[in-house]
Amino acid sequence: MAGIPHDHYEPGSKGEKWLHRRLPIVGLLYDTIMLPTPKNLNWMWIWGAVLTFCLALQIITGIVLAMHYTPHVDQAFASVEHIMRNVNGGHMLRYLHANGASLFFIAVYAHIFRGLYYGSYKEPREVTWIIGMLIYVLMMATAFMGYVLPWGQMSFWGATVITGLFGAVPFIGDALQTLLLGGPAVDNATLNRFFSLHYLLPFLIAGLVIVHIWAFHTTGNNNPTGVEVRRESKEEAEKDTVPFWPYYIIKDVFALAVIMVIFFAVVGFMPNYLGHPDNYIEANPLATPAHIVPEWYFLPFYAILRAFTADVWVVQIVSFLTGGIIDAKFFGVLAMFGAILVMAIAPWLDTSSVRSARYRPMLKLWFAILVVDFILLMWLGAMPAEEPYASLSLIASAYWFAYFLVILPLLGVLEKPLPQPMTIEEDFNKKYPPIEANVSSSQTEVPAE
Amino acid sequence: MIDSMFIGKLILNFFVVLFVTAALSFAAGGGDNYVKDYKFSFEGPLGSYDQNQLQRGLKVYTEICSACHGLKYVPIRTLGDEGGLGYSEDQVRAYAENYEIFDPELDDYRPAKPTDHFPEVVDAGAPDLSLMAKARAGFHGPMGTGINQFVKGIGGAEYIASLLAGYTGEEKEEFGTVFYENTAYPGRWIAMAPPLYGEDVDFDDGHSNELKYEAMDVAAFLTWAAEPKMMARKHVGFRAVLFLILLSALLYATNKTLWAPIKKRSA
Repeated sequence: MAGIPHDHYEPGSKGEKWLHRRLPIVGLLYDTIMLPTPKNLNWMWIWGAVLTFCLALQIITGIVLAMHYTPHVDQAFASVEHIMRNVNGGHMLRYLHANGASLFFIAVYAHIFRGLYYGSYKEPREVTWIIGMLIYVLMMATAFMGYVLPWGQMSFWGATVITGLFGAVPFIGDALQTLLLGGPAVDNATLNRFFSLHYLLPFLIAGLVIVHIWAFHTTGNNNPTGVEVRRESKEEAEKDTVPFWPYYIIKDVFALAVIMVIFFAVVGFMPNYLGHPDNYIEANPLATPAHIVPEWYFLPFYAILRAFTADVWVVQIVSFLTGGIIDAKFFGVLAMFGAILVMAIAPWLDTSSVRSARYRPMLKLWFAILVVDFILLMWLGAMPAEEPYASLSLIASAYWFAYFLVILPLLGVLEKPLPQPMTIEEDFNKKYPPIEANVSSSQTEVPAE
Repeated sequence: MIDSMFIGKLILNFFVVLFVTAALSFAAGGGDNYVKDYKFSFEGPLGSYDQNQLQRGLKVYTEICSACHGLKYVPIRTLGDEGGLGYSEDQVRAYAENYEIFDPELDDYRPAKPTDHFPEVVDAGAPDLSLMAKARAGFHGPMGTGINQFVKGIGGAEYIASLLAGYTGEEKEEFGTVFYENTAYPGRWIAMAPPLYGEDVDFDDGHSNELKYEAMDVAAFLTWAAEPKMMARKHVGFRAVLFLILLSALLYATNKTLWAPIKKRSA
């Protein structure tokens, strides 16, 4: 196996040897858990473990909820109330599942932005990044369909609006939308296929997670310096790394426990905080809610979708050039998916030879603006489609694309990176000076903090 | 390290955003209505239902609201649940007999049993009240963040109480329908005639039956109807938070000790 050199599993007992000759599964698990991991990872490297936990939490609570839920338009809403009132612990299961989705997205956004800041997407981790983006897209699809299942007002009208987007695709739009809905409008067929897919997709995600982990176990983790682990020999590698078990598992579990304190406080004391009151009203195709608002985690991309209206000159030019095939509605849809696509192809847009933004003073600034931009878009996504929100949405959307399509390629040429440490060990020792070498080495270095 | 500070701020930002946008997403509907911040016993992490208040609220519902509004998701037997109204089995059975239920097996009406749900009322065209206390949000503050939900709840109970006590006495007729001015109702003009005037119900526990108290009591009852497991949920939340804080502390110490030799400090 490629990767960082380290000790491998040696079957000890007779039984272990017997199994190892036939199925080296213990060795596989050993190598996975004992992966040499850069010893300078900071607290932004905990989110992967949090995400794994979230996936497990959602699958376990979801499977039990599915035992009591009825995917039929006449009974879905009532069956959720049945879960809340009659099923033992049902109210906790449902609130854990609903709020678990939000925790999942908090973690995934933190995880993605960590990758963008420290250049985790760059060579040789492009495949890890692309698979991560696929997971993210599947997560959004799963969350969207899950939100439809309680069959409240927001479920129904959210589904109507979002599936309507597919109707904007030229030529095949109507057929596509009908296929998605199982009919001309959101109805029982829609609810059934969404339930089926909502159950299926998490297992696809789980499969992709394994590939995601496999990919970065091959390349090794990135780390805050972006400097690679030395891998000429095991001795050198051991100076840069610690084994994942126990060092990072304990650290991740500690971080998870702290996050769980907040999570359980939300679930126990304000479980409907992130929900919408309208979703406690049963779906009614005849009554449109005053404001149809997606869940918070969709808001940035929802803002981008709405930003490109027919009076924007870019939209008008594109519409003219394509003979009207790409109209404002389809342009918005393309922009929304494009916003994720540009993120996915970041490895090929970023031209800098330096990986971590820690040594990229200009990127640091532009990245900070990107974070603010993302937050701004999230806010704008919840606002009504009127001024000044429309213009702000356009500016914020433009920056999102500019960051990936203009700034990342240009910075590689324009920016003068700061000197990077030669090794991870050097960076680590600067932060945690070796006791015996304290006097001699720390004087030549920048004072430790 | 600038780096870790930067990332720390980033995490903070994520949480701030989460709170702000979540709140904004349902603050969007707010506007010209005014919801008074009534004080309820079940607010906050440690708040619990006041059994007497719930029982009074049930009486208001039974004698007034139930003429037009159903509670179709609420099983009558749950009136005997702990952490709620806490009636005895006999009391629940006696109460159930107030209602006539259509039984498809008999193809006829019969007195309700505790295992039945409260009846659905469709004739008046009035909404079902089972979930009303969760389907309306009274608060979005401070500054649209909605974080005060942590101590006040989502404000559904306050909205209901404000609505019931919020009639100004003005009315107008449009297209043959009479609308009544109400300071708590978005748009100010509501089709529901004032259901309570004060002293509509005599409470068994001798509690004041002024309009304000009737409104609050039935709002509390409807909050229970919408969230009957609130007490159980808060207990779980409370125990989980305490346990996890302890676990976090132990894991913190474990992690520190574990890493000490790597960081070359004494363990």
